[in-house]
This record gives sequence, C-alpha cells and structure tokens, in this order.
Amino acid sequence: MQMSTSSVALAYFDHAATAPMRREAIEAMRPYLDDQFANPSGSHRFSRTARRAVDEARDDVADVLGCAPGEVVFTSGGTEADNAAIFGAVRRHGGVAVCSAAEHHAVLHCVEHLRGEVVAVDRNGVIDIDALSATLSEVVDRNERVSLVSVMAVNNEVGSITPMRDVARAVRAGAPGAVLHSDAVQAACWLDLRDIVLVTDVVSLSAHKFGGPKGMGIMVQKAGIMLEPLIMGGGQERDRRSGTTNVAGIVATAAALRATTTHRESEKQRVGGLKSRLVAGITSQLPDVLQTVPSGLSVDGIAHFCIADVESEAMLFLLDEGGVCASAASACASGAMEPSHVLRAMGVESRFSKGALRLSLGHTTTVADVERAIEVILASVKRLRR
Amino acid sequence: MKVLVAMSGGVDSSVAAAELRREGHDVVGVTMRLWGGESDTGCCSVSDVDDARRVAQQLRIDHLVFNFSEEFNDAVVAPYVDAHRNGDTPNPCIECNRHLKFDRLSQRARLLGFDAVATGHHARIERQPSGVWRVARGADSAKDQSYVVHMLDQRELAYTLFPVGHLTKSQVRERARELGLRTAAKPDSQDVCFISKTGGRETFLGHRIPFRRARVMNESGEQLGEVDAVELVTIGQRRGLRLPGGSPKQFVLDVDVHAGTVVVGDESRLARDVIVVRGMSWSHEPPAVGASVKVQTSAHGATREAVLEEILEEDGRSSARVVLRWREAQRRTAPGQSVVLYDEGDRLVLGGGIAV
Repeated sequence: MQMSTSSVALAYFDHAATAPMRREAIEAMRPYLDDQFANPSGSHRFSRTARRAVDEARDDVADVLGCAPGEVVFTSGGTEADNAAIFGAVRRHGGVAVCSAAEHHAVLHCVEHLRGEVVAVDRNGVIDIDALSATLSEVVDRNERVSLVSVMAVNNEVGSITPMRDVARAVRAGAPGAVLHSDAVQAACWLDLRDIVLVTDVVSLSAHKFGGPKGMGIMVQKAGIMLEPLIMGGGQERDRRSGTTNVAGIVATAAALRATTTHRESEKQRVGGLKSRLVAGITSQLPDVLQTVPSGLSVDGIAHFCIADVESEAMLFLLDEGGVCASAASACASGAMEPSHVLRAMGVESRFSKGALRLSLGHTTTVADVERAIEVILASVKRLRR
Repeated sequence: MKVLVAMSGGVDSSVAAAELRREGHDVVGVTMRLWGGESDTGCCSVSDVDDARRVAQQLRIDHLVFNFSEEFNDAVVAPYVDAHRNGDTPNPCIECNRHLKFDRLSQRARLLGFDAVATGHHARIERQPSGVWRVARGADSAKDQSYVVHMLDQRELAYTLFPVGHLTKSQVRERARELGLRTAAKPDSQDVCFISKTGGRETFLGHRIPFRRARVMNESGEQLGEVDAVELVTIGQRRGLRLPGGSPKQFVLDVDVHAGTVVVGDESRLARDVIVVRGMSWSHEPPAVGASVKVQTSAHGATREAVLEEILEEDGRSSARVVLRWREAQRRTAPGQSVVLYDEGDRLVLGGGIAV
C-alpha cells in the first residue's frame, strides 16, 4: 500500500504495531459516531437501537471465536484484557501467576508486579513446555496454588506460534485449578481463533491489530471462570467491565473481526507469499542476517530479522528516510528503543540482537511494498556496515 | 546543510534548533536517552523528551530519540563511581560531552549522512585565518560553556555547530518566547542528571561502592576526628568534617582513600605553585613550552595565568601531560577536576585535561 504523510510515499511494514482500519469497520462505526449516539444502557427507544447494535456485534464476535455471546467482554484494548485476566485471577483466587519470558509487557509486567513465576522460552521464543511443567510442580510442591498461567499465542516481536494445545495439556495436568489465559493479540489475522479459545479459559484480543479501531479490545472469559473485575462502576458487561459502552468501537470491532476471519485463508496465502519474497530478498543478498524464527514456525504477517553489525535505531532512521515504516523492539516511555527482552530470552547473541528488525505485513501490503522494502533495507545495511 | 541537533528539552537546544531552521538548514532533532535509572533532577527524563519533541513539532522538524544508556553507563557513570572509589572528584558532564555528544552521537550522525551535529552550548566555534578551528568563549560570559566542550579536536570542531554561542542567555529566552516555545522559561539544569536531588551523591555512591571510614588528622599526624565516607571528601572542602568547634577553620589538604586518612589544615596550606594535568586533549597543536596561558579549573571559576613549563608523554601518547607553573600561587585543584587551557587573551580554548 502506498500511503502518504506529508507527500512521502510510504511502504507500511508495521501492521503488528497497528493495522490500517478496514473499510468495513469504518462504515460500521460511522452511524454510532453520528446520529446513533445513544447510551445502550438507557430505557428509551433510542437506547434500544444502540443496545441492539451491541448485542448483534457480541453475537457476531462469539460466532467467530466459537464461544457464547455471554463470554465476550469488550474492553479498552489488549492491555486492559491482559491486566483484567491476570489481576482478576490473582485477586479472586490468590496464589501465583505464571507466564513465559517472551510475553508482551502487558502480561509480563503484571506477572512481575505480582511476583509471579516467569518460564524460559526456547530459541524460537516459544515457552519451554518442560520448564512450564517443572515450574508448576515447584509451586505446588511448596504448597502454593497456581492461580493463572498466561502464554501468548503468537509472539508480537518475532511472530513465533505457540502450540496452545500442548500448553493447555501441561497446565491441566500440572495445575488443574489454574486459569489458562492467552494473549492472542497477534494471532487474530493469522490463526483460527477458535482453536485457541477452545483450549483456554481467558483470551485477549486487540481490535486495532486486525483492522478495528484503537481503544477496543476483547476478553473472552469462559463461563464458570471467575475473575475480580479490574474496573468497577456502573456494572456494564455483566459487571465484568464497567464504563459506558463504546457502541461505535464495539460495532467496528465486530465488523473488522468478521472481515478478517472471512478473508483469513486467502490472506494467509497472499501475505505468506509476500513474506517469503521479503525473506528471500533480504537473506539471500545480505551476509550475516538471521531470520529470527523460521517461516514455518511463525505467522505469515511477521518477518523478523537480526542483522549483525548494524544498530536498529540507525537502520530505522534510514528506512524511514527511504519511506519504509518498520520497527525494532518495543519503545519505552521516552520513545527510545529498549533492548528486546524477547531476543534476550531466546538467547540471541548481542552482535545480532542489536540489529533487530521487524517487518510486519497485513491486509494492505502489496508486492510493490515488498520490493521497495528489500531495496531500501539492502542499501541501508550496506551503508551502515561501510 | 543537513544538521542533527541534540535537543535536551532545555531552552538553549530548543533555540539552537530554531536558529538552524531559520538559517534554512535541513534540521532533525534528537534527544539522547542516557540515564536508565531513577532520577528526579528532570534531566534525561521523559518530560524532557516530551519538551524536546513538542519544540521540534512547533519548529516543523523531525524528532528522534536515541538510546545511548548502555554507553552512558560505561563511559560516564561507571568511571564516575570508580573515580570516587579512588578519591578523585570527577566531572561527569565533561565525560558525557567527550564520549556521548561529540563521539557517539557525531559518529552516528556521520553514518546517517548528516553534515554536522549541533548543540545548545554557550560557546563559539571559529575558524582562524590559518584554517585551524578553535572553541571560543560564548557571548554570554556568565553562561560560557567552553570549559565543558574543551575536548573537541579539529575533526569534531569541523563537524560541530553551537548556534546559540553568539547569544546571551536572555536573548536565547527572548527568541524562545517570540517563537512560543514551551521551554522559554524552563530553568537551567544544574545537577548531574543521574544523581537525584533527594538522595544526592551520597545515596548514589552508597548503593555502588562500600564507603570506608577515615581518620581526620592535622599535618603533624594528630587525629582530630573521623568521617564515615572518605570517598565523599574533596580537597579544599571545609564543611562536613565533624571537627570540634572553636578551632580555626580547617580545610582538607589531602585525602588518601587507601590509607583511610584525611589531612586538614589552614587554608594557606592549599596553595600550590604548579599544577600537573593528565589526559590532555588539544584542539590543535600544543603551544610551545614557556608559553603563557590562562587556566580555568572549574565550570564557572575564574581563570588564572600560568606558564606551560613541561609537556610530557603519558601512556605512550605524546603531549598528554603538562606541568603548569602559576604566575601566583593558587589553591590546589581537587584531583579529577577538569583543567582547561585558554590562549593569553583568555578567549580561545587550547586544550584541557584532568588535574592530578
């Protein structure tokens, strides 16, 4: 997609940070930002129109996710859903929270704050199932209870896919009472979410990663799973998440999720092809470049590289100059790039991890974008290595 | 020219960026993230980055953040701690200029295709008729910062711009006000960015090195008292020695961290005829032995006249150590402090190093 801000044509490779909104979502939300502005909690006919839109959206989301409508909780985003799951479980049940070392900070910082256990990952960034089982038995052996295990379905930096079925088996065996949560924020475009929802208790999604609006998330909370609510107030979302219902956001989220699901298989084919082309274009023409996680083990939308002897900050500047929007690792509050905890947990040596580069693709990515990215990256790396 | 301007979030670098923009350069602002730990001094904080970014937006220039916290720790913080461990009194801001602003940052700027790096220092860079570059004192003598940028050599001087060096501080603030920049009235930063106001140097160092008790004695070796942390005692210091009252004012004459002793005595005993400076960096060629120079031994201290008595080799580097003979005896400079040499007219930096 050739976009433009201040007249520079841009090749956008930062879909994992945020995706452009889908037309379907923009169209769906428009009336609720305009004349259909009512609060669905009211008791007049105007409210009932809004209420119906929210109920339909909830049904639609439940259908896509393979759960009951009553199990869908709308939140302000993936971070809130993660916080709600983790703090909700620990406050309700006490005990120890457990997660993997490669989790998004929205999970990792919660678990660390609660002084929980962090489990090692393998060299692809996927939780080590044996280490998970060992951690669960250690907690049980010291007569403590595991309240929650949180394992991401897809890593947001390197794109590796976690076999959630195996994780679920280990958790059910090692800590039968624990709530199993999965941050599936980066899975929505590339995996069948039903498979994840099926084997877990709580799932987090973020709308803007799949073409919905920012400020919207979904927490699937399976029937019978009790969590203390993170936000209290008017009792919306069946007391699980208070706050005036974001009608436009919910409607747009459902529309985006439906469109994403409808096109998922064909998009995987198309984007998977683009990713192969991108990976081949970069790794075949540059020495000392690692594809951080092999394509077979990562989602089609994330191509992550570790480029030896260059620095991400410098590389991103040159890419930006060349009209390619990409990212490295996560940024701190000041906007500075922080060394990646994911690459560290994977054991990537620093000569390579300093040159981390994430190119994330999505529904607007084109062949022309890929060709442009290859050209600009090759030129930038050659220049930085001079 | 394509210029990368280091924007700390203060008023000087804000106006530096504005001046470059006004002159028609292609300007990009960058804020370096240096200190990763806790701080309450405001420097290097997220709110400073916010200020820098907002000013850049107002000036319609791009703004970047570079994370140099690892290098800052290695090149500035760790040596600062080590220096105290050895009883020296270091100047970390100068080491930051030496290793971060005019080395790491300019290196990266070159790599990214910039023609120059600019900062908001109150100093001027002049090219002599001979083609030699020199740092000259800033137009505002009260705010002159030539002392802290004395280490720039010919290569760096040719690549560096100080766009506010010809302005007084009040002119800088006036320009910032005219442009409506949010930093116009922001107070100058005074403190070391990684030392918190509440905890101070003592807390910072206390978390990093074991303090050793030391005996405080007079020059005849009689013990007068004790201090808890010899690492915090500086030559010339008078307060905080916990000496009994009533006696004449006592100044620290010598500190030996290894022996655990602090020698005190009358102020007159601090007077020295010579000062030895190590780790000299020269803007260009060193002057001839016997040359008369002006010497500054603290950031805003007065300059004194001295004669360059000897130029020596040090660690295999020629001209890296000098012996200066004061025209009139001077109070001893604490080891670790930067000593900067100016020309006879007290305007141009010749070079500088660290007091032994």
